[in-house]
Amino acid sequence: MSMALSSPLAADVGPSSTARPLVVVSQLEKTFEIRPVLRKVNFALPAGETLALLGPNGAGKTTLLRVLATLVRPTAGEVWVAGLEATRDAHEIRRMIGYVGHQPGVYEDLTVRENLRFFARMYGLREGRALADELVERVGLRAKANERVRALSRGQTQRLALARGVMHDPTLLLLDEPDTGLDEEAGALLTALLRERAAAGKTTIFTTHQLARGLSLAGRALVLVGGRAVHDGLTQATSADQVRGLYRRETGRPV
Amino acid sequence: MSNTRLFWEQTLAILWKDVRCELRTRQIWLAMGMFALLTLVVFNFAFDLRVDNQTAVAPGALWIAFVFASTLGLGRTMAAEQEQGAMDRLLLCPVDRKAIFAAKLLGNLVFIGAVEVVAVPVFAAIYNVPVVTVAVLPILALGTLGIASLGTLFAAITANTRAREVLLPILVFPLLVPVVIGAVKATQGMIDPAGGEPPWLGLIAAFDVIFLSIAAVTFRYVIEE
Amino acid sequence: MQTVDRDLVSSRAPSARSRAPTTRGTLLGRYGELALAGATALVMLLAIGMAFFYAPPEAVQGNVQRIEYIHVPIAWTAFLAFFIVFVASALYLWRKDERWDWLARSGAEIGTIFTTLALITGSLWGRPVWGAWWAWDARMTTTLILWFIYVGYLLLRSYTGRSAAGARAAAVLGIVGFVDVPIDYLSVTWWRTLHPALQLPLGQQAQAPASVVVTLMVALAAFTLLFGYLLLLVYRLQRLQSEALRLRARAELDG
Repeated sequence: MSMALSSPLAADVGPSSTARPLVVVSQLEKTFEIRPVLRKVNFALPAGETLALLGPNGAGKTTLLRVLATLVRPTAGEVWVAGLEATRDAHEIRRMIGYVGHQPGVYEDLTVRENLRFFARMYGLREGRALADELVERVGLRAKANERVRALSRGQTQRLALARGVMHDPTLLLLDEPDTGLDEEAGALLTALLRERAAAGKTTIFTTHQLARGLSLAGRALVLVGGRAVHDGLTQATSADQVRGLYRRETGRPV
Repeated sequence: MSNTRLFWEQTLAILWKDVRCELRTRQIWLAMGMFALLTLVVFNFAFDLRVDNQTAVAPGALWIAFVFASTLGLGRTMAAEQEQGAMDRLLLCPVDRKAIFAAKLLGNLVFIGAVEVVAVPVFAAIYNVPVVTVAVLPILALGTLGIASLGTLFAAITANTRAREVLLPILVFPLLVPVVIGAVKATQGMIDPAGGEPPWLGLIAAFDVIFLSIAAVTFRYVIEE
Repeated sequence: MQTVDRDLVSSRAPSARSRAPTTRGTLLGRYGELALAGATALVMLLAIGMAFFYAPPEAVQGNVQRIEYIHVPIAWTAFLAFFIVFVASALYLWRKDERWDWLARSGAEIGTIFTTLALITGSLWGRPVWGAWWAWDARMTTTLILWFIYVGYLLLRSYTGRSAAGARAAAVLGIVGFVDVPIDYLSVTWWRTLHPALQLPLGQQAQAPASVVVTLMVALAAFTLLFGYLLLLVYRLQRLQSEALRLRARAELDG
């Protein structure tokens, strides 16, 4: 069943604990100028889990992912990834995380191969050429490998983005609505990727609006509404209806 | 890979990426060059350049042309990252922000340098001033480095603001006064050597060292959230 | 809801991890501020009295020289303000405490005004001395460049709004600008040596009687105190503006 949210798990499983979770978010707040987006979020994610981050639009899912990706600094609170603190050790954290956001994050005027080789160099990976070829195969873009990204379809670009996200074999993969705009083939690719990572004991967090699919692909679910975490539990014990109910209940509350 | 090696590897990767993209879209490079040439020509009409005061005025025209044209181009290397989703895709990577700065700086140097390669001979021709010599190279190099160091930093600062095309020159021109004075004086001194001139190149070199360091260190505060 | 009631204000306790604590009182406390205001008024009166009655008219310029007792302190204050902007900017980048940003902004706003006045008084002084409203005197030229940097700073602030990104950008400008000014002065001085044109006769102090020097010192003290007082006031204004915005955010949050 869902775990109590009142006592942040961070209290018992601090970064020095031996069985420490991979991700610890403690009293996280983020306010953009005058607009508060995340309000005292607490959760801890053990390594090897796949987490579905759910919530209606504007709930703060994207911001939470971006905080974890070290792209955004918290206004208050702390974020730990693999025992490293996000504001102090951002550089080390970046080595071990992958992030695919709303924007595909690839360069339109470079070809597929050039993009992959570029990012391989940025991650300090050797054998960039071979790696690029391998990735191109894996995501099924061989036919388009030497085409500029500008000429690709949305689904194809998304596949390239996924390739970029996983090329350095990240311990933690963050995906922001990876299923939007995907064609069937790419959708299957995503599912396979998630299962593969889970089997290999790697951690993944993804957001989605497709509740049923999301819950089926993940082991845990965290529901954000209005910047607050309102549910944190195993997906086995969470139903899509339940989640929808949470959306309605929280957003329907009178202002 | 050692840290230094990785640093330069990443710098060169970003530089290569920027140059490649710019060559493929060819957005500002040619425009910059045309603008520099036009400025030189218009100056000729604006100022009455008789033979006797040419040395005094012509180098000014040259450096004004460079500074103005550079300002146009400086925004481009930053804009390349603004297209879709800002600099996230770079900031995400385990890359030292100084490497990003170095790459943007080198990119700007390449573009401005390309403009200079064309503009200097044209300038020499239409103003009939002997500047196509080896001696002009250090002046060009140091002056351009000064313009580009501050220019790259402030291009990043103004990249997200509304009136960025106008704000960049407003912020950068007052700061570049020592470079403009130094470069013009040094160019004049090269064409028409007069004794007892202060060490203009030394001034520009000191300027470069100081602001290169400051820009490299403060760059990350500008591009990160 | 536009109005925010007292309970909301008093019940809001700043979180321990928040980087922008509220400050209840003024920088100096109510009595400190009054004392400063009083001291400023007193010393200013003294300075005015001395400038007009105590100091003798200058040999060459006559009574016109008395404007020096305004021009020099104002110019000095303008540069002092920039130094404050520099220090506050550097500390803001280092510490990320927005109070340093408030200080930098205050320094810049006051500094701009003082620089404008310095330029005007310099020009007024120069007219009878130079025979023209402007000559490219090294000090005045540097002051002019400083004016442009200041205005650029304010423009940047205006274009970036009250955002953390804007504050950081302005801080960088504050640092770069301050380091730039001495180099400007050096380069303009070298530039002027080739055209030894008119300078503002500031260098007459060598032969100046003690009364002139003393009056100048008193005037300097008066304007520095005035600057300090104004800085306090503008700082408070900045603080109130930021806190008002934050309260509005909280009101929307809790509403």
